[in-house]
Amino acid sequence: MNPHDHRPGDPQSLHPPGVEERVAPSSSTVPLIELINVSSAYGSTTALENVSVKIWPGQFMAIVGPNGGGKTTLLRTILRVLPVTAGKVLSRGRELKRSALQRIGYVPQLETIDWNFPITVEEVISMGFFNRQRWFGGTGENEKRKLRDIMERLNLTALGRRHIRELSGGQQQAVFIGRALLGDPELILLDEPVSGLDMRSRDDVIHFLHEINHQGVAIAITAHDLNWVAAHLPWVVCLNRRLIAEGQPQKIFNPSVLTETYSGEMVVFNHDGMVMIGERPHAPHT
Amino acid sequence: MSLFIPFEYEFFRNGFIAAVLVGALCGFIGVYVVLRRMSYIGHGLSHAIFGGAVLSYVMNINFFLGAGAWALLAGLLIHRISRRRWVGADAAIGVVTTSSFALGVAIVSTYRSFTRNIEAALFGNILGITTRDLWIILAISLLVVCALFVMRRQLLFTTFDPEVASAYGVSTDTIDRLFVVLLAVTVLASTQILGVTLVAAAMVTPPVIARYLTHKFHTLLIVSPVLGAFCGAAGMFLSYYLDISSAATIVLTAAALFIVVELIIITRGQLTAVQR
Repeated sequence: MNPHDHRPGDPQSLHPPGVEERVAPSSSTVPLIELINVSSAYGSTTALENVSVKIWPGQFMAIVGPNGGGKTTLLRTILRVLPVTAGKVLSRGRELKRSALQRIGYVPQLETIDWNFPITVEEVISMGFFNRQRWFGGTGENEKRKLRDIMERLNLTALGRRHIRELSGGQQQAVFIGRALLGDPELILLDEPVSGLDMRSRDDVIHFLHEINHQGVAIAITAHDLNWVAAHLPWVVCLNRRLIAEGQPQKIFNPSVLTETYSGEMVVFNHDGMVMIGERPHAPHT
Repeated sequence: MSLFIPFEYEFFRNGFIAAVLVGALCGFIGVYVVLRRMSYIGHGLSHAIFGGAVLSYVMNINFFLGAGAWALLAGLLIHRISRRRWVGADAAIGVVTTSSFALGVAIVSTYRSFTRNIEAALFGNILGITTRDLWIILAISLLVVCALFVMRRQLLFTTFDPEVASAYGVSTDTIDRLFVVLLAVTVLASTQILGVTLVAAAMVTPPVIARYLTHKFHTLLIVSPVLGAFCGAAGMFLSYYLDISSAATIVLTAAALFIVVELIIITRGQLTAVQR
Protein backbone atom coordinates (compact mmCIF):
# COMPACT_ATOMS: atom_id res chain seq x y z
CA MET A 1 0.00 0.00 0.00
CA ASN A 2 1.26 3.46 -0.79
CA PRO A 3 2.39 5.19 2.39
CA HIS A 4 0.16 8.15 1.62
CA ASP A 5 -3.04 6.18 1.10
CA HIS A 6 -5.65 6.03 3.80
CA ARG A 7 -8.62 3.72 3.70
CA PRO A 8 -11.87 5.65 3.44
CA GLY A 9 -14.87 5.05 5.65
CA ASP A 10 -13.03 3.97 8.77
CA PRO A 11 -14.99 3.93 12.01
CA GLN A 12 -14.47 6.88 14.32
CA SER A 13 -16.32 5.65 17.36
CA LEU A 14 -13.27 4.45 19.28
CA HIS A 15 -11.54 7.80 19.17
CA PRO A 16 -11.96 10.96 21.18
CA PRO A 17 -13.68 13.90 19.50
CA GLY A 18 -11.41 15.48 16.90
CA VAL A 19 -9.23 12.42 16.56
CA GLU A 20 -9.83 10.82 13.23
CA GLU A 21 -9.46 7.06 12.87
CA ARG A 22 -6.12 6.45 11.34
CA VAL A 23 -5.28 3.37 9.41
CA ALA A 24 -1.81 1.95 9.19
CA PRO A 25 -0.41 3.40 5.97
CA SER A 26 1.53 0.21 5.37
CA SER A 27 0.56 -3.43 5.63
CA SER A 28 2.02 -3.55 9.16
CA THR A 29 -0.45 -3.88 12.00
CA VAL A 30 2.03 -2.84 14.68
CA PRO A 31 2.96 0.81 14.98
CA LEU A 32 6.65 1.73 14.87
CA ILE A 33 6.13 4.03 17.84
CA GLU A 34 3.13 4.23 20.10
CA LEU A 35 2.68 6.76 22.87
CA ILE A 36 0.01 5.65 25.33
CA ASN A 37 -1.29 8.38 27.65
CA VAL A 38 2.18 9.89 27.84
CA SER A 39 2.97 12.87 30.04
CA SER A 40 6.34 14.56 30.11
CA ALA A 41 7.77 17.53 31.97
CA TYR A 42 10.71 19.90 32.24
CA GLY A 43 11.28 19.87 35.98
CA SER A 44 7.97 20.82 37.52
CA THR A 45 6.52 22.26 34.29
CA THR A 46 4.30 19.83 32.39
CA ALA A 47 4.99 19.91 28.66
CA LEU A 48 2.87 16.97 27.48
CA GLU A 49 -0.25 15.69 29.13
CA ASN A 50 -1.87 12.34 28.51
CA VAL A 51 -0.92 12.17 24.82
CA SER A 52 -1.62 9.05 22.76
CA VAL A 53 -0.16 8.99 19.26
CA LYS A 54 0.91 6.21 16.90
CA ILE A 55 3.51 6.40 14.17
CA TRP A 56 3.14 3.65 11.58
CA PRO A 57 5.80 2.21 9.28
CA GLY A 58 6.06 4.34 6.13
CA GLN A 59 3.88 7.11 7.51
CA PHE A 60 4.51 10.79 6.78
CA MET A 61 3.07 13.06 9.44
CA ALA A 62 3.32 16.57 10.74
CA ILE A 63 2.96 17.67 14.34
CA VAL A 64 1.61 21.20 14.62
CA GLY A 65 0.76 23.44 17.53
CA PRO A 66 1.68 26.73 19.17
CA ASN A 67 5.11 27.59 20.60
CA GLY A 68 5.45 25.71 23.88
CA GLY A 69 2.68 23.34 22.78
CA GLY A 70 4.86 20.26 23.16
CA LYS A 71 5.90 19.53 19.55
CA THR A 72 9.64 19.30 20.22
CA THR A 73 8.92 17.70 23.60
CA LEU A 74 7.04 14.92 21.83
CA LEU A 75 10.10 14.19 19.66
CA ARG A 76 12.44 14.38 22.65
CA THR A 77 10.21 12.02 24.60
CA ILE A 78 10.30 9.47 21.78
CA LEU A 79 14.09 9.82 21.71
CA ARG A 80 14.25 9.29 25.49
CA VAL A 81 16.06 12.58 25.92
CA LEU A 82 13.22 13.59 28.24
CA PRO A 83 11.80 11.19 30.82
CA VAL A 84 8.20 10.03 30.63
CA THR A 85 6.40 11.06 33.83
CA ALA A 86 3.28 9.02 33.08
CA GLY A 87 2.12 6.56 30.43
CA LYS A 88 4.42 4.55 28.20
CA VAL A 89 6.19 4.63 24.87
CA LEU A 90 6.24 1.43 22.83
CA SER A 91 8.31 0.50 19.82
CA ARG A 92 6.71 -2.20 17.66
CA GLY A 93 4.49 -3.16 20.59
CA ARG A 94 7.31 -3.45 23.13
CA GLU A 95 8.66 -0.98 25.60
CA LEU A 96 11.00 1.45 23.83
CA LYS A 97 14.59 0.57 24.69
CA ARG A 98 17.88 2.24 23.80
CA SER A 99 18.56 -0.40 21.15
CA ALA A 100 15.35 0.59 19.31
CA LEU A 101 16.62 4.17 19.07
CA GLN A 102 19.27 2.95 16.67
CA ARG A 103 16.53 2.74 14.04
CA ILE A 104 15.35 6.30 14.62
CA GLY A 105 17.08 9.23 12.92
CA TYR A 106 16.79 12.72 14.35
CA VAL A 107 17.23 16.06 12.62
CA PRO A 108 17.34 18.95 15.11
CA GLN A 109 16.29 22.53 14.43
CA LEU A 110 18.95 24.25 12.34
CA GLU A 111 18.85 27.12 14.82
CA THR A 112 20.46 24.90 17.44
CA ILE A 113 23.53 24.24 15.27
CA ASP A 114 26.78 26.12 15.90
CA TRP A 115 27.51 27.28 12.35
CA ASN A 116 31.00 28.45 13.31
CA PHE A 117 32.04 24.96 14.38
CA PRO A 118 34.95 23.87 12.15
CA ILE A 119 33.31 20.97 10.39
CA THR A 120 32.69 19.97 6.80
CA VAL A 121 29.61 18.48 5.17
CA GLU A 122 31.20 15.03 5.00
CA GLU A 123 32.27 15.16 8.66
CA VAL A 124 28.73 15.97 9.80
CA ILE A 125 27.09 13.24 7.73
CA SER A 126 29.67 10.69 8.97
CA MET A 127 28.36 11.22 12.51
CA GLY A 128 25.37 9.13 11.44
CA PHE A 129 27.59 6.05 11.80
CA PHE A 130 27.61 6.58 15.56
CA ASN A 131 24.17 5.04 15.60
CA ARG A 132 25.81 1.70 14.93
CA GLN A 133 29.48 2.00 15.78
CA ARG A 134 30.60 2.34 19.36
CA TRP A 135 34.05 2.91 20.81
CA PHE A 136 36.14 0.94 18.38
CA GLY A 137 36.14 0.16 14.69
CA GLY A 138 37.08 2.37 11.80
CA THR A 139 35.20 3.48 8.75
CA GLY A 140 35.37 0.52 6.38
CA GLU A 141 34.84 0.36 2.62
CA ASN A 142 31.12 -0.42 3.05
CA GLU A 143 30.61 2.63 5.24
CA LYS A 144 32.52 4.84 2.81
CA ARG A 145 30.40 3.56 -0.08
CA LYS A 146 27.23 4.18 1.90
CA LEU A 147 28.37 7.70 2.73
CA ARG A 148 29.03 8.37 -0.97
CA ASP A 149 25.61 6.97 -1.94
CA ILE A 150 23.75 9.14 0.54
CA MET A 151 25.67 12.24 -0.47
CA GLU A 152 24.82 11.50 -4.10
CA ARG A 153 21.13 10.99 -3.31
CA LEU A 154 21.02 14.35 -1.57
CA ASN A 155 23.08 16.13 -4.26
CA LEU A 156 25.87 16.83 -1.80
CA THR A 157 28.73 14.97 -3.53
CA ALA A 158 30.45 18.10 -4.79
CA LEU A 159 30.03 19.85 -1.44
CA GLY A 160 31.60 17.21 0.82
CA ARG A 161 34.66 19.25 1.73
CA ARG A 162 32.82 22.54 2.16
CA HIS A 163 32.18 24.09 5.55
CA ILE A 164 28.53 23.65 6.57
CA ARG A 165 28.01 27.42 6.74
CA GLU A 166 28.85 27.79 3.04
CA LEU A 167 25.68 25.95 1.94
CA SER A 168 22.18 27.18 1.17
CA GLY A 169 19.43 26.58 3.73
CA GLY A 170 18.05 23.60 1.79
CA GLN A 171 21.51 22.05 1.44
CA GLN A 172 22.19 22.55 5.14
CA GLN A 173 18.99 20.72 5.98
CA ALA A 174 19.95 17.97 3.50
CA VAL A 175 23.25 17.48 5.37
CA PHE A 176 21.45 16.75 8.63
CA ILE A 177 18.89 14.56 6.85
CA GLY A 178 21.86 12.69 5.36
CA ARG A 179 23.32 12.18 8.83
CA ALA A 180 19.98 10.74 10.00
CA LEU A 181 19.77 8.46 6.93
CA LEU A 182 23.22 6.97 7.49
CA GLY A 183 21.92 4.88 10.41
CA ASP A 184 19.37 3.11 8.13
CA PRO A 185 16.42 4.45 10.11
CA GLU A 186 12.85 3.16 9.96
CA LEU A 187 11.71 6.52 11.25
CA ILE A 188 13.14 10.02 10.98
CA LEU A 189 12.04 12.76 13.37
CA LEU A 190 12.64 16.30 12.13
CA ASP A 191 12.24 19.36 14.29
CA GLU A 192 10.96 22.27 12.20
CA PRO A 193 12.88 21.34 9.05
CA VAL A 194 11.57 24.25 6.97
CA SER A 195 11.57 26.94 9.62
CA GLY A 196 13.44 30.01 8.39
CA LEU A 197 13.98 28.64 4.88
CA ASP A 198 13.06 30.44 1.67
CA MET A 199 10.50 28.92 -0.74
CA ARG A 200 13.12 27.28 -2.95
CA SER A 201 14.84 25.63 0.02
CA ARG A 202 11.49 24.50 1.45
CA ASP A 203 10.72 22.92 -1.88
CA ASP A 204 14.08 21.13 -1.88
CA VAL A 205 13.51 19.82 1.64
CA ILE A 206 10.01 18.47 0.96
CA HIS A 207 11.34 16.87 -2.22
CA PHE A 208 14.07 15.03 -0.21
CA LEU A 209 11.58 14.00 2.42
CA HIS A 210 9.01 12.64 -0.06
CA GLU A 211 11.74 10.68 -1.81
CA ILE A 212 12.91 9.16 1.48
CA ASN A 213 9.34 8.41 2.53
CA HIS A 214 8.61 6.67 -0.79
CA GLN A 215 11.49 4.34 0.04
CA GLY A 216 9.54 3.22 3.12
CA VAL A 217 11.01 5.41 5.85
CA ALA A 218 8.41 6.85 8.22
CA ILE A 219 8.76 10.58 8.80
CA ALA A 220 7.40 12.78 11.58
CA ILE A 221 8.10 16.49 11.47
CA THR A 222 7.13 19.44 13.59
CA ALA A 223 6.03 22.50 11.65
CA HIS A 224 4.57 25.95 12.09
CA ASP A 225 3.36 26.70 8.58
CA LEU A 226 -0.10 25.14 8.39
CA ASN A 227 -0.54 25.94 4.69
CA TRP A 228 2.71 24.16 3.89
CA VAL A 229 1.59 21.18 5.97
CA ALA A 230 -1.82 21.10 4.26
CA ALA A 231 -0.20 21.24 0.82
CA HIS A 232 2.43 18.56 1.33
CA LEU A 233 1.64 16.18 4.17
CA PRO A 234 -1.02 13.46 4.32
CA TRP A 235 -1.45 13.29 8.11
CA VAL A 236 -1.32 15.84 10.86
CA VAL A 237 -1.34 15.79 14.66
CA CYS A 238 -2.55 18.95 16.43
CA LEU A 239 -0.97 19.37 19.83
CA ASN A 240 -1.29 21.92 22.57
CA ARG A 241 0.25 20.07 25.51
CA ARG A 242 -2.50 17.50 24.98
CA LEU A 243 -3.68 15.92 21.77
CA ILE A 244 -6.34 18.14 20.19
CA ALA A 245 -6.92 16.22 16.96
CA GLU A 246 -5.28 14.10 14.31
CA GLY A 247 -6.17 13.14 10.80
CA GLN A 248 -5.86 14.24 7.20
CA PRO A 249 -5.30 18.00 6.99
CA GLN A 250 -8.30 18.48 4.70
CA LYS A 251 -10.51 17.02 7.42
CA ILE A 252 -9.07 18.31 10.64
CA PHE A 253 -7.88 21.77 9.60
CA ASN A 254 -11.17 23.40 10.50
CA PRO A 255 -11.86 26.53 12.57
CA SER A 256 -12.90 24.65 15.69
CA VAL A 257 -9.78 22.39 15.85
CA LEU A 258 -7.41 25.23 14.97
CA THR A 259 -8.97 27.60 17.46
CA GLU A 260 -8.61 25.00 20.18
CA THR A 261 -5.02 24.23 19.15
CA TYR A 262 -3.82 27.81 18.89
CA SER A 263 -6.21 29.49 21.33
CA GLY A 264 -6.94 32.07 18.65
CA GLU A 265 -9.49 32.50 15.93
CA MET A 266 -8.51 31.21 12.49
CA VAL A 267 -10.23 31.05 9.14
CA VAL A 268 -10.06 28.12 6.74
CA PHE A 269 -10.68 28.32 2.99
CA ASN A 270 -11.27 25.36 0.76
CA HIS A 271 -10.45 25.97 -2.87
CA ASP A 272 -10.24 23.21 -5.50
CA GLY A 273 -9.50 20.63 -2.83
CA MET A 274 -6.78 22.85 -1.35
CA VAL A 275 -6.98 23.97 2.24
CA MET A 276 -5.75 27.44 3.12
CA ILE A 277 -5.53 28.77 6.63
CA GLY A 278 -5.34 32.38 7.70
CA GLU A 279 -5.61 34.39 10.87
CA ARG A 280 -8.77 36.36 11.38
CA PRO A 281 -7.70 40.00 11.38
CA HIS A 282 -8.48 41.94 14.54
CA ALA A 283 -10.80 44.89 14.13
CA PRO A 284 -8.77 48.11 14.27
CA HIS A 285 -9.30 50.28 17.33
CA THR A 286 -11.41 53.30 16.62
CA MET B 1 76.61 30.50 16.32
CA SER B 2 75.30 26.97 16.00
CA LEU B 3 71.64 26.30 16.69
CA PHE B 4 72.59 23.07 18.41
CA ILE B 5 74.89 24.54 21.10
CA PRO B 6 72.17 24.53 23.81
CA PHE B 7 71.62 20.79 23.24
CA GLU B 8 75.03 20.18 24.82
CA TYR B 9 73.36 20.82 28.18
CA GLU B 10 71.18 18.09 29.65
CA PHE B 11 68.83 20.59 31.33
CA PHE B 12 68.11 22.14 27.90
CA ARG B 13 67.65 18.78 26.18
CA ASN B 14 65.15 17.65 28.82
CA GLY B 15 63.41 21.01 28.84
CA PHE B 16 63.22 21.09 25.04
CA ILE B 17 61.68 17.61 24.77
CA ALA B 18 59.25 18.40 27.60
CA ALA B 19 58.23 21.72 25.98
CA VAL B 20 57.61 20.06 22.60
CA LEU B 21 55.63 17.21 24.19
CA VAL B 22 53.52 19.44 26.39
CA GLY B 23 53.04 21.97 23.57
CA ALA B 24 51.71 19.24 21.26
CA LEU B 25 49.57 17.70 24.00
CA CYS B 26 48.03 21.02 25.02
CA GLY B 27 47.49 21.90 21.36
CA PHE B 28 45.69 18.59 20.80
CA ILE B 29 43.35 18.57 23.78
CA GLY B 30 43.00 22.35 23.42
CA VAL B 31 40.99 21.84 20.20
CA TYR B 32 38.20 20.26 22.23
CA VAL B 33 38.66 22.75 25.07
CA VAL B 34 38.15 25.71 22.70
CA LEU B 35 35.29 24.14 20.74
CA ARG B 36 33.50 23.16 23.94
CA ARG B 37 33.94 26.76 25.13
CA MET B 38 35.83 25.48 28.18
CA SER B 39 38.89 27.73 27.90
CA TYR B 40 38.38 28.95 31.43
CA ILE B 41 38.50 25.39 32.79
CA GLY B 42 42.18 24.94 31.78
CA HIS B 43 42.98 28.14 33.64
CA GLY B 44 40.88 27.07 36.59
CA LEU B 45 42.22 23.52 36.84
CA SER B 46 45.82 24.72 36.82
CA HIS B 47 44.99 27.02 39.74
CA ALA B 48 43.24 24.16 41.52
CA ILE B 49 46.36 22.05 41.07
CA PHE B 50 48.34 24.69 42.98
CA GLY B 51 46.45 23.73 46.15
CA GLY B 52 47.19 20.06 45.50
CA ALA B 53 50.86 20.75 44.75
CA VAL B 54 51.34 22.67 47.99
CA LEU B 55 49.55 19.98 50.00
CA SER B 56 51.70 17.27 48.37
CA TYR B 57 54.81 19.21 49.30
CA VAL B 58 53.74 19.68 52.91
CA MET B 59 52.66 16.03 53.27
CA ASN B 60 55.77 14.82 51.44
CA ILE B 61 53.79 13.03 48.71
CA ASN B 62 54.98 12.71 45.10
CA PHE B 63 53.88 15.81 43.11
CA PHE B 64 52.25 13.82 40.29
CA LEU B 65 50.30 11.63 42.71
CA GLY B 66 49.19 14.33 45.13
CA ALA B 67 48.47 17.13 42.68
CA GLY B 68 47.02 14.61 40.20
CA ALA B 69 44.48 13.28 42.69
CA TRP B 70 43.63 16.86 43.65
CA ALA B 71 43.16 17.87 39.99
CA LEU B 72 40.89 14.90 39.30
CA LEU B 73 38.80 15.74 42.32
CA ALA B 74 38.55 19.40 41.29
CA GLY B 75 37.69 18.48 37.68
CA LEU B 76 34.92 16.08 38.65
CA LEU B 77 33.57 18.55 41.20
CA ILE B 78 33.43 21.27 38.53
CA HIS B 79 31.66 18.86 36.18
CA ARG B 80 29.12 17.95 38.86
CA ILE B 81 28.36 21.52 39.88
CA SER B 82 28.18 22.80 36.29
CA ARG B 83 25.50 20.20 35.46
CA ARG B 84 23.12 22.21 37.61
CA ARG B 85 21.65 24.49 34.99
CA TRP B 86 21.15 27.40 37.32
CA VAL B 87 24.85 27.52 38.22
CA GLY B 88 26.76 27.23 34.93
CA ALA B 89 30.28 25.97 34.21
CA ASP B 90 32.04 29.33 34.60
CA ALA B 91 30.65 29.87 38.09
CA ALA B 92 31.44 26.25 39.08
CA ILE B 93 35.05 26.69 37.91
CA GLY B 94 35.29 29.96 39.83
CA VAL B 95 34.07 28.42 43.08
CA VAL B 96 36.14 25.21 43.02
CA THR B 97 39.42 26.48 41.64
CA THR B 98 39.77 29.72 43.56
CA SER B 99 39.00 27.84 46.78
CA SER B 100 41.71 25.33 45.98
CA PHE B 101 44.16 28.10 45.04
CA ALA B 102 43.33 29.94 48.25
CA LEU B 103 44.04 26.76 50.23
CA GLY B 104 47.47 26.61 48.59
CA VAL B 105 48.17 30.26 49.41
CA ALA B 106 47.04 29.72 53.02
CA ILE B 107 49.42 26.77 53.47
CA VAL B 108 52.28 28.71 51.85
CA SER B 109 51.73 31.61 54.25
CA THR B 110 51.92 29.15 57.17
CA TYR B 111 55.02 27.30 55.96
CA ARG B 112 57.22 30.10 54.67
CA SER B 113 60.16 27.79 54.04
CA PHE B 114 59.44 26.71 50.45
CA THR B 115 59.03 29.97 48.55
CA ARG B 116 61.34 28.78 45.77
CA ASN B 117 59.28 25.65 45.02
CA ILE B 118 56.09 27.66 45.03
CA GLU B 119 57.57 30.04 42.47
CA ALA B 120 58.32 27.01 40.31
CA ALA B 121 54.71 25.84 40.63
CA LEU B 122 53.37 29.30 39.77
CA PHE B 123 55.65 30.15 36.86
CA GLY B 124 57.05 26.77 35.79
CA ASN B 125 60.48 25.26 36.10
CA ILE B 126 61.22 23.83 32.71
CA LEU B 127 64.95 23.80 33.21
CA GLY B 128 64.55 21.69 36.33
CA ILE B 129 62.92 18.81 34.43
CA THR B 130 64.68 15.54 35.21
CA THR B 131 64.81 12.45 33.00
CA ARG B 132 62.29 10.81 35.34
CA ASP B 133 59.91 13.76 34.92
CA LEU B 134 60.35 13.44 31.19
CA TRP B 135 59.27 9.80 31.22
CA ILE B 136 56.22 10.66 33.30
CA ILE B 137 55.28 13.47 30.90
CA LEU B 138 55.76 11.14 27.94
CA ALA B 139 53.57 8.46 29.56
CA ILE B 140 50.85 11.01 30.36
CA SER B 141 50.99 12.38 26.80
CA LEU B 142 50.63 8.91 25.29
CA LEU B 143 47.79 8.04 27.66
CA VAL B 144 45.84 11.22 26.86
CA VAL B 145 46.39 10.98 23.09
CA CYS B 146 45.36 7.28 23.02
CA ALA B 147 42.26 7.98 25.13
CA LEU B 148 41.29 10.93 22.92
CA PHE B 149 41.80 8.77 19.82
CA VAL B 150 39.49 6.05 21.16
CA MET B 151 36.91 8.64 22.20
CA ARG B 152 37.28 10.76 19.06
CA ARG B 153 33.89 10.04 17.48
CA GLN B 154 31.89 10.36 20.67
CA LEU B 155 33.83 13.47 21.63
CA LEU B 156 33.21 15.12 18.28
CA PHE B 157 29.51 14.27 18.39
CA THR B 158 29.01 15.49 21.97
CA THR B 159 31.03 18.63 21.25
CA PHE B 160 29.16 19.52 18.06
CA ASP B 161 25.63 18.36 18.82
CA PRO B 162 25.20 17.08 22.41
CA GLU B 163 21.43 16.60 22.28
CA VAL B 164 21.45 14.53 19.10
CA ALA B 165 24.49 12.59 20.36
CA SER B 166 22.49 11.68 23.45
CA ALA B 167 19.50 10.68 21.29
CA TYR B 168 21.84 8.48 19.22
CA GLY B 169 22.86 6.55 22.32
CA VAL B 170 26.16 8.31 23.07
CA SER B 171 26.57 8.57 26.83
CA THR B 172 27.32 12.28 26.86
CA ASP B 173 27.72 12.42 30.63
CA THR B 174 30.37 9.68 30.62
CA ILE B 175 32.19 11.38 27.74
CA ASP B 176 32.11 14.76 29.53
CA ARG B 177 33.44 13.19 32.73
CA LEU B 178 36.22 11.30 30.93
CA PHE B 179 37.18 14.47 29.11
CA VAL B 180 37.48 16.41 32.37
CA VAL B 181 39.72 13.64 33.76
CA LEU B 182 41.98 13.78 30.68
CA LEU B 183 42.07 17.55 30.93
CA ALA B 184 43.08 17.38 34.58
CA VAL B 185 45.88 14.94 33.71
CA THR B 186 47.10 17.20 30.89
CA VAL B 187 47.12 20.26 33.13
CA LEU B 188 49.04 18.24 35.70
CA ALA B 189 51.75 17.29 33.17
CA SER B 190 51.97 20.87 31.90
CA THR B 191 52.05 22.70 35.22
CA GLN B 192 55.65 21.74 36.04
CA ILE B 193 56.77 23.17 32.72
CA LEU B 194 54.58 26.20 32.20
CA GLY B 195 53.42 26.96 35.72
CA VAL B 196 49.82 27.31 36.84
CA THR B 197 49.55 30.85 35.51
CA LEU B 198 50.46 30.03 31.90
CA VAL B 199 49.02 26.55 31.18
CA ALA B 200 45.73 27.89 29.85
CA ALA B 201 47.51 29.94 27.16
CA ALA B 202 49.26 26.82 25.81
CA MET B 203 45.89 25.10 25.66
CA VAL B 204 43.97 27.88 23.98
CA THR B 205 46.30 29.83 21.67
CA PRO B 206 47.41 27.03 19.25
CA PRO B 207 43.83 25.82 18.50
CA VAL B 208 42.70 29.41 18.02
CA ILE B 209 45.52 30.02 15.50
CA ALA B 210 44.75 26.68 13.82
CA ARG B 211 41.06 27.65 13.60
CA TYR B 212 42.13 30.67 11.54
CA LEU B 213 43.90 28.33 9.12
CA THR B 214 41.31 25.58 8.58
CA HIS B 215 37.59 24.93 8.81
CA LYS B 216 38.01 21.14 8.88
CA PHE B 217 37.81 19.49 12.26
CA HIS B 218 40.26 16.68 11.47
CA THR B 219 42.82 19.10 10.01
CA LEU B 220 42.46 21.18 13.17
CA LEU B 221 43.46 18.13 15.21
CA ILE B 222 46.73 17.97 13.26
CA VAL B 223 47.55 21.67 12.84
CA SER B 224 46.93 22.67 16.46
CA PRO B 225 49.36 20.19 18.11
CA VAL B 226 51.97 20.94 15.42
CA LEU B 227 51.67 24.64 16.27
CA GLY B 228 51.83 23.83 19.99
CA ALA B 229 55.00 21.77 19.51
CA PHE B 230 56.52 24.49 17.30
CA CYS B 231 55.82 27.17 19.94
CA GLY B 232 57.38 24.91 22.60
CA ALA B 233 60.54 24.39 20.51
CA ALA B 234 60.87 27.97 19.29
CA GLY B 235 60.12 29.31 22.77
CA MET B 236 62.91 27.19 24.28
CA PHE B 237 65.49 28.48 21.78
CA LEU B 238 64.41 32.09 22.19
CA SER B 239 64.45 31.69 25.94
CA TYR B 240 68.03 30.36 25.81
CA TYR B 241 69.39 33.08 23.55
CA LEU B 242 67.41 35.99 25.02
CA ASP B 243 67.80 34.76 28.60
CA ILE B 244 64.10 35.10 29.44
CA SER B 245 61.85 32.74 31.43
CA SER B 246 61.16 29.67 29.25
CA ALA B 247 57.45 29.29 30.10
CA ALA B 248 56.79 32.97 29.38
CA THR B 249 58.75 32.79 26.10
CA ILE B 250 56.75 29.75 24.91
CA VAL B 251 53.47 31.53 25.58
CA LEU B 252 54.75 34.78 24.02
CA THR B 253 55.88 32.87 20.91
CA ALA B 254 52.35 31.52 20.53
CA ALA B 255 50.94 35.01 21.08
CA ALA B 256 53.31 36.45 18.44
CA LEU B 257 52.23 33.75 15.98
CA PHE B 258 48.61 34.62 16.68
CA ILE B 259 49.30 38.31 15.97
CA VAL B 260 51.07 37.44 12.70
CA VAL B 261 48.16 35.26 11.51
CA GLU B 262 45.64 37.91 12.57
CA LEU B 263 47.58 40.60 10.67
CA ILE B 264 47.77 38.40 7.55
CA ILE B 265 44.02 37.88 7.68
CA ILE B 266 43.30 41.58 8.21
CA THR B 267 45.63 42.50 5.31
CA ARG B 268 44.06 39.86 3.06
CA GLY B 269 40.59 41.13 3.94
CA GLN B 270 41.60 44.68 3.06
CA LEU B 271 43.21 43.51 -0.20
CA THR B 272 40.04 41.63 -1.14
CA ALA B 273 37.97 44.70 -0.33
CA VAL B 274 40.26 46.89 -2.50
CA GLN B 275 40.11 44.35 -5.35
CA ARG B 276 36.32 44.45 -5.23
